Amino acid sequence: MKTIEDLKRLREQVQSQTRLRHEHSKQIIVGMGTCGIAAGAREVMSAILDEISKRKLEDISIHQTGCIGMCEKEVIIDVILPGEPRITYGGVTTAHIPKIILEHVINGCIVKELVVGKITE
Amino acid sequence: MEHFRAHVLICAGTGCISSGSKKVEAAFRNQLEKTGLDKEVKIVETGCHGFCEMGPMVIIYPEGVFYIRVHETDVVDIVEEHLYKGRIVERLLFKEQGTLDAIPNYKDIDFYKKQMRIVLANCGHLDPEEINEYIAVGGYEALGKVLTTMKPEEVIEEIKKSGLRGRGGGGFPTGMKWGFTRNATSDKKYVICNADEGDPGAFMDRSVLEGDPHRVIEGMAICGYAIGADEGYFYVRAEYPLAIKRLQIAIAQAKEIGLIGDNIFGTGFNFHLKIKEGAGAFVCGEETALLASIEGKRGTPRNRPPFPAISGLWGKPTNINNVETFANVPSIITKGAKWYSAIGTEGSKGTKVFALTGRINHTGLAEVPMGITMGEIIYDIGGGIQGGKKFKAVQIGGPSGGCLPESLLDMSIDYDSLLKVGAMMGSGGLVVMDETTCMVDISKFFIHFTQSESCGKCTPCREGTKRMLEILIRITEGEGKDGDIELLETLAKNIKLTSLCGLGQTAPNPVLSTLHYFRDEYEAHIKEKRCPAGVCTGLTRYNITKECKGCSLCIKECPVEAISGEKKGLHKIDPLKCIRCGACLPKCPFKAIRKG
Repeated sequence: MKTIEDLKRLREQVQSQTRLRHEHSKQIIVGMGTCGIAAGAREVMSAILDEISKRKLEDISIHQTGCIGMCEKEVIIDVILPGEPRITYGGVTTAHIPKIILEHVINGCIVKELVVGKITE
Repeated sequence: MEHFRAHVLICAGTGCISSGSKKVEAAFRNQLEKTGLDKEVKIVETGCHGFCEMGPMVIIYPEGVFYIRVHETDVVDIVEEHLYKGRIVERLLFKEQGTLDAIPNYKDIDFYKKQMRIVLANCGHLDPEEINEYIAVGGYEALGKVLTTMKPEEVIEEIKKSGLRGRGGGGFPTGMKWGFTRNATSDKKYVICNADEGDPGAFMDRSVLEGDPHRVIEGMAICGYAIGADEGYFYVRAEYPLAIKRLQIAIAQAKEIGLIGDNIFGTGFNFHLKIKEGAGAFVCGEETALLASIEGKRGTPRNRPPFPAISGLWGKPTNINNVETFANVPSIITKGAKWYSAIGTEGSKGTKVFALTGRINHTGLAEVPMGITMGEIIYDIGGGIQGGKKFKAVQIGGPSGGCLPESLLDMSIDYDSLLKVGAMMGSGGLVVMDETTCMVDISKFFIHFTQSESCGKCTPCREGTKRMLEILIRITEGEGKDGDIELLETLAKNIKLTSLCGLGQTAPNPVLSTLHYFRDEYEAHIKEKRCPAGVCTGLTRYNITKECKGCSLCIKECPVEAISGEKKGLHKIDPLKCIRCGACLPKCPFKAIRKG
């Protein structure tokens, strides 16, 4: 390290290591009830993580939740973007993940054909 | 790079390690691997969270869920329920006393809500063995700022304006101290970090070094630049092996990326750091004794002046500050003296870390703004007295401080108010005592401590504390005489006036403050041969009252056959045979045995 700019660059590089411990604006929630797991929620979760690391996305946190009662629609995932309604997708498979992440999480356009619900808080 | 969706922060401070956090960590690694979550969940070992009573502690992000007293057998549940399915394990959450509501997030717990964390800001939230985590939260930017944009005089001026005072106990203005060393002319100067924390019950310096060592290193480097020193020493007691290990790692990492060493940030400023392990003598916390110890001599103090700022280590100008003092420096530089001086009281700025110990519910570390009251610390943060007992006194400032009674609970805690009531800030140890504590016994304990730690160089301290201890032992054994109190006062006054260093000059404080606030207890011991708290065995008497039904359980329990009596008749204790062990007391089903 030769200059103060080097320190700033290093800080930007390593910030992702601890970012998770601070507030995030975007959230993805995966249904992890018994029904969700049986329908392949774990595989969906892995696909989400793969996609996020592939695209080096930050400022996003992944949560799990229990069964919300629409078991036949599992795997269910929710996407929450700041200031927008919570969008619930149903019948999600690993194949849908790149599309949901690219179109909704990154570009803000809802993937209409998979939506099963919308909650405005 | 893998993306970790969750971080499991496991406390690896000395407190939590001794309550089993290493086993918890191993269980997590094992369980995560078994469930295949090890690629998406990261384990981070952190420093102390301060809430040591509740250890081992585990925090899980992104939710920030705070689990307490986690045992290795709980790990399966946390992994399968929380990390796999997203369900919080309620039984491991913290509950405030007297309520059943579990609190998932640590920010909502009273213990943390009332605190203001500057020095401890990163403790428990960062991996202390990973410099990048410190850099990620803005670490070493204060050093960069002073080296590239400030003159040494401006740094000293900023510290002066902040109102920072020495956190080791004396409370000397830090900026002024730096100024003295800056103004001394010499080809070589030194910075020393005093980490010879020795007060019974105090562990804040250890926790800072274990939990956030880079903050202290950065503070020292800034000081080095300000006073014109290119070399620094950590004086750490060898009883702190974990603190030493983490410091070694931190120094090596800082050196590797060029934040310590030659030509830092290309500015031509050089700064090198070494660690000197102390053998753990209490007197080596005194700055001249500390210097002697680093030089390889016997750790005894010398007369001042010359002060270390003029003639310190190897005769060169030296600036010595406590761990906590240095830990404040980066925040002052980054956020400004104005921000810092807005916290606290007129004469005492900023925050202070206190170590809460004794008969208090929440043993641990708390950082609070100066000017808070003792009552707020003990009841709001500390959760009150154990077992719902009555508060009696609090010892502040360790063996150099004093015992404060209930009537002073509403007093503001700052350097000057404490001195006025016969105590001192000290390093910030708070030992809380309840009604079952004997104040004569407590002052005997502290005098015994200072007496054994006295280096023996000057007569008042060596002989005086010995005589005081003898008198106190006599009083607690029921051999006190008229005139003992006055003799203690005379000795105390003379020791304070004539001792060579701070150890002797403050050693009589616990006796003087207990004499001042609890004189009646001394008088009860001497005149009535009675220990009101029932602690001093030499003065305790056990009696059997009329409630005795003659069941003879106590007779069987007594190890010295001091109890006699017919079955179904009133029993009696022979005071000459009784060794006052108290074994009979809990055995009596009718509560007929009285202690007094």
